[in-house]
Amino acid sequence: MYLAAISVGTQRSITLSLFGFFVLITLFITIWASRRTHNATDFYAGGRAFSGLQNGMAISGDYMSAASFLGIAGLIALNGYDGFLYSIGFLVAWLVALLLVAELMRNSGKYTMADVLAFRMRQAPVRTAASVSTVVVSIFYLLAQMVGAGTLVNLLLKISKGTTFLGMTATTAQIVTIVLIGALMIVYVTFGGMKGTTYVQIVKAFLLMGGALIMTVLVLWHYKGNISSLLGDASQHSLAKPSENFLKPGQLYGKEVAGKPLQTFYNKMDLLSLGLALVLGTAGLPHILIRFYTVPSARIARRSVLWAIGIIGTFYLFTLALGFGAAALVTTNAVKTASASGNTAAPQLAQVLGEKYFGGELGGVIFLAVIAAVAFATILAVVAGLTLASSSSVAHDIYANVIRKGKASERQEVVVARGSALVIGAIAIGLGILARDLNVAFLVALAFAVAASGNLPAILFSLFWKRFNTVGATAAIYGGLIAAVVLVVFSPTVSGATSPIFPHQDFHWFPLTNPGIISIPFGFLCGWLGTMLSSEKNPAKYAELEVRSLTGVGAAN
Amino acid sequence: MTTQVSPPDTTDPDRYLAVQSSPEFVHLRRALRGFVFPMTVAFILWYALYVVLSAYARNFMSTKVVGNINVALIFGLLQFVSTFLIAWLYARFASRKLDPAAEQVRASMGEGGHR
Repeated sequence: MYLAAISVGTQRSITLSLFGFFVLITLFITIWASRRTHNATDFYAGGRAFSGLQNGMAISGDYMSAASFLGIAGLIALNGYDGFLYSIGFLVAWLVALLLVAELMRNSGKYTMADVLAFRMRQAPVRTAASVSTVVVSIFYLLAQMVGAGTLVNLLLKISKGTTFLGMTATTAQIVTIVLIGALMIVYVTFGGMKGTTYVQIVKAFLLMGGALIMTVLVLWHYKGNISSLLGDASQHSLAKPSENFLKPGQLYGKEVAGKPLQTFYNKMDLLSLGLALVLGTAGLPHILIRFYTVPSARIARRSVLWAIGIIGTFYLFTLALGFGAAALVTTNAVKTASASGNTAAPQLAQVLGEKYFGGELGGVIFLAVIAAVAFATILAVVAGLTLASSSSVAHDIYANVIRKGKASERQEVVVARGSALVIGAIAIGLGILARDLNVAFLVALAFAVAASGNLPAILFSLFWKRFNTVGATAAIYGGLIAAVVLVVFSPTVSGATSPIFPHQDFHWFPLTNPGIISIPFGFLCGWLGTMLSSEKNPAKYAELEVRSLTGVGAAN
Repeated sequence: MTTQVSPPDTTDPDRYLAVQSSPEFVHLRRALRGFVFPMTVAFILWYALYVVLSAYARNFMSTKVVGNINVALIFGLLQFVSTFLIAWLYARFASRKLDPAAEQVRASMGEGGHR
């Protein structure tokens, strides 16, 4: 007991000092970047001076959230094969961005997603719609990260009910973490702008890849490179019955319920719906889209997406080793005991690996602390990217183009952008504290569903459909957004016996947990219908958009 | 350098309409769409096949191939392989066909010599 207490204390102080070190480095970067942020292009697009590799790493840093690192490893550790589905969807999605979106957006936009959507439309309605959807998607995503961080701190610093840390109870520690993370992200964004945020992403991507690589190598080393025996050991130590089911699809998604064909059908549809939202969501995420503006040309934007696909793909291969490694070496039961959602699988695996390979108990404590600090760095970098995306949109779309009708000076725009980062950050902190006890996995799924249902149809129609117009664009965005949100509110995730939010009330009528399979086609349909119902046509503006997006003529630099 | 499109007249609002219907631009658009549209359909169908098999062909997906490695795992890893492969094919196609074609249109508009 005494020894354990020492190691908890040691681990806490190592985690805190490593994380503190990361914060110091990133704050230093932020100060450095703020001195080099002079105009709007610097603030919104990092001066468009990043290289393909730099932006590729920053994209990876923005994209690989706590859901990717802790979430997928945990899902695989608890449910086996089905967790892998996320990795695949999240990766294949990048082809949509590479083939259809990245270069064309870089060529035709300046700072925000709305630059492209409103290019040939009436500015005010389209920019307002795009900004609303940017803020909604980003806030859902932000909340998930912040609440995740709050939960994680208790598990990682080993504060449970009844114990305290620096005089704080578990709840206080959660709130303090949320406030701290929120305050840091506000500082990064308001002072560092896109330059500072990009370097934070790069450092984080480097740390995350390094940590995941070391763990993967150790897991494979432990099994002498024999993946089959790793898988066998994982299923032996899982809770699946019979144990070999752990390696088959169906433990988590698309469950077959004997004697209930309708429920079975819904479960299968839910799996298809999730698969669809994952693969179509990425290319509609505003914080990812604005990263294409940080490079000098479309060619470099392409190169940065190629780097990102390489880095992200490699990382998702690592998640297989992390998840199955945690099931095999930590055991599913131990993961589940530590956290019902499995989010601590990766840190727990780090502890076991450290004990085995880095000199006993102290090694385990140190390696756990390192991976925990990497997890916090991951969360911090992602929330900074999200805050930047939404404050840019509020300043550039709503303030500069809707309220001031394009008459605001660059300086005024940047001041407003900094101010909105502060406000959005404060809102996220407040909501994060209120939502801290909710199960938040659905928030990320919802963010992806809204991005795929509202933003993606509007972007694709804008770039490729000559007839598309203002009514079509606003209809696609609002239609997809509202459909996704309404279907989630009335899904079994929010209310009903299986819901973690309102288990004692039941107002659900939509049978699926993921709305994508309905809301994504609905978004496209709204875009088409809205367009056809309006007589607005502007072939000359489309010619300009098409020529500019395909050739890079007149691209912002 | 071919100059079928007249040098740019920045005051002409129909300038882009003229470029849009120029043979160089039509060639560029056909090249781009001819690659990315079929490829997108292909990878979406290939991914959909994987998801649908995971939902409805559990027995097939559970077939063991080598040791504990089953069809489902190999199928999933093949999605990684196809993603890397398509990304590489696109990069090659873009630098060989799209970039020169775009450069040609830009040159015809008097914006040559871009990176």
